[in-house]
Amino acid sequence: MDSAALVLPLLGIGLMLTIWTAISLKVAPDLPSPLKTWQESQQYILNPFFKDGEMNQGILRFALLSLIRVAKGFSLAILFGTPLGFLLGLSPKFHQAFDPVIQVLRPISPLAWLPLGLVIFKQSEPAALFTIALCAMWPTVINTAMGVRSIGTEYLNVGRVLKLSPMKTLRKIMIPATLPYMFTGFRLSLGMAWLVIVAAEMLTGSPGLGGFLWQEYNSLVYSHILLSVLAIGLIGFALDRLMSVVERHFQRA
Amino acid sequence: MAILQLKDVGKSYLRNSRAKSPTGRIEVLRDINLSIRENEFVCIVGRSGSGKTTLISLIAGLIDADAGSIVLEGKPIAGPGPDRGVIFQNYSLLPWLNVFDNVYLAVDAVAPELSDQEKRQRTKYYIDLVNLGPAMAKVPRELSGGMRQRVAVARGLAMDPKVLLLDEPFSALDALTRGTLQEELARIWMETRKTVVMITNDIDEAILLADTIYTLTSGPGATLGPAVLIDEPHPRSRLQLSGQAGYHKARRVTLKMLTGGAFAAGTVASRDATEPLLQ
Repeated sequence: MDSAALVLPLLGIGLMLTIWTAISLKVAPDLPSPLKTWQESQQYILNPFFKDGEMNQGILRFALLSLIRVAKGFSLAILFGTPLGFLLGLSPKFHQAFDPVIQVLRPISPLAWLPLGLVIFKQSEPAALFTIALCAMWPTVINTAMGVRSIGTEYLNVGRVLKLSPMKTLRKIMIPATLPYMFTGFRLSLGMAWLVIVAAEMLTGSPGLGGFLWQEYNSLVYSHILLSVLAIGLIGFALDRLMSVVERHFQRA
Repeated sequence: MAILQLKDVGKSYLRNSRAKSPTGRIEVLRDINLSIRENEFVCIVGRSGSGKTTLISLIAGLIDADAGSIVLEGKPIAGPGPDRGVIFQNYSLLPWLNVFDNVYLAVDAVAPELSDQEKRQRTKYYIDLVNLGPAMAKVPRELSGGMRQRVAVARGLAMDPKVLLLDEPFSALDALTRGTLQEELARIWMETRKTVVMITNDIDEAILLADTIYTLTSGPGATLGPAVLIDEPHPRSRLQLSGQAGYHKARRVTLKMLTGGAFAAGTVASRDATEPLLQ
């Protein structure tokens, strides 16, 4: 490997740690320094699966709880988002009817949906899933619709000449032609779901990275906030990379 | 007995809204009359932009004519169907399917009553016919342009159509590959004796392959010129053709019709209008 490819990222990380240290020393004395963060967090990292009560668990155990929640919300998002995207892409009438609704719903923050979820479901867990699904589905909806609209006429003509049934045209031509767009949508949706999870857990107090973060803020253990923040960032990064690999696989087809 | 008959077929498109036109429509084809016998190889030669692709799309049923009728075996055509297998200029292979599956899709669509094994056999037969047996498991992006067009030919033949329509099938290929594929098409046509309508802009290609050549005048409002008959036995070779006076005459006549002036616009193409040029 190129040495610059190793040195430059390390340089970037080093610079970030320096700025962090400087801020904790000069600007915000309540902010734990990197060293203090490590000292106060190491048992969560070195023993990542310990459990000592609902809200005091190893960092990977919390991460796992959050990931399960995200997986459920994300599954709901693509389960509803993909067919919706197909309908929008296939039918100009459907698009005319529902595009304005979607454009209005899309920019609504998870912080706004969660109370509504609580009103509807009366329980925190379904409300959290509702919020994740509702916020995360839009990239899937929009990319799928765009993919369907950009299916080449030449592919559709093959189906027409062969007189394929509508179901077979969907299965053999439309879905495969749209897959690359769908997976771009899935990757963006997963990123969105991971963003929403923190907000959802903070507001519902559910055990997970977001819930832990909020609880430690309330208990004034600020180093654990930083621990959660870093864990959220690293896992989000890993998820995106994982989805990129899947996405690339389908784009080569 | 004509298997395919076009009578007074016309097609116009809505003009681009910015362009000024009294009628608002641009006429692409006008008074197209064409009668094709079973097992005949017909080439339609025209310049680019003269409406060649529109004509083949009309016969394929991919677009509807505004005027006239298109009749296949006594029945007016209604939309596209596998009885008119199309081989597109851009191959139109499905990139997510390998060679076998691209052809199998066609077999499965036109012969659903066959058992899976029979369908596979038929698929393999047509892939072997175009000499692609070793590339059966490859996907289109792993194939050269010539090989892709062979797959398209195999898929077109696998539909077992009554008429095979080819839309400038070799125009995107380099000269050497084109020559090879033309010879292969001639061989395959000898084996299958399909009725073929092929669109091309290459007069030599037309003379090498066709029984009958029609020229399409330059658009707008393009129409067909009189038939040029090539009465030379198949398969023909370039070398053998180039030594014949009739070849040069056919070439000259076709070229003259393409450059205009050889006949009045609207002339009805008729088999009797021209005597055979090569004999």
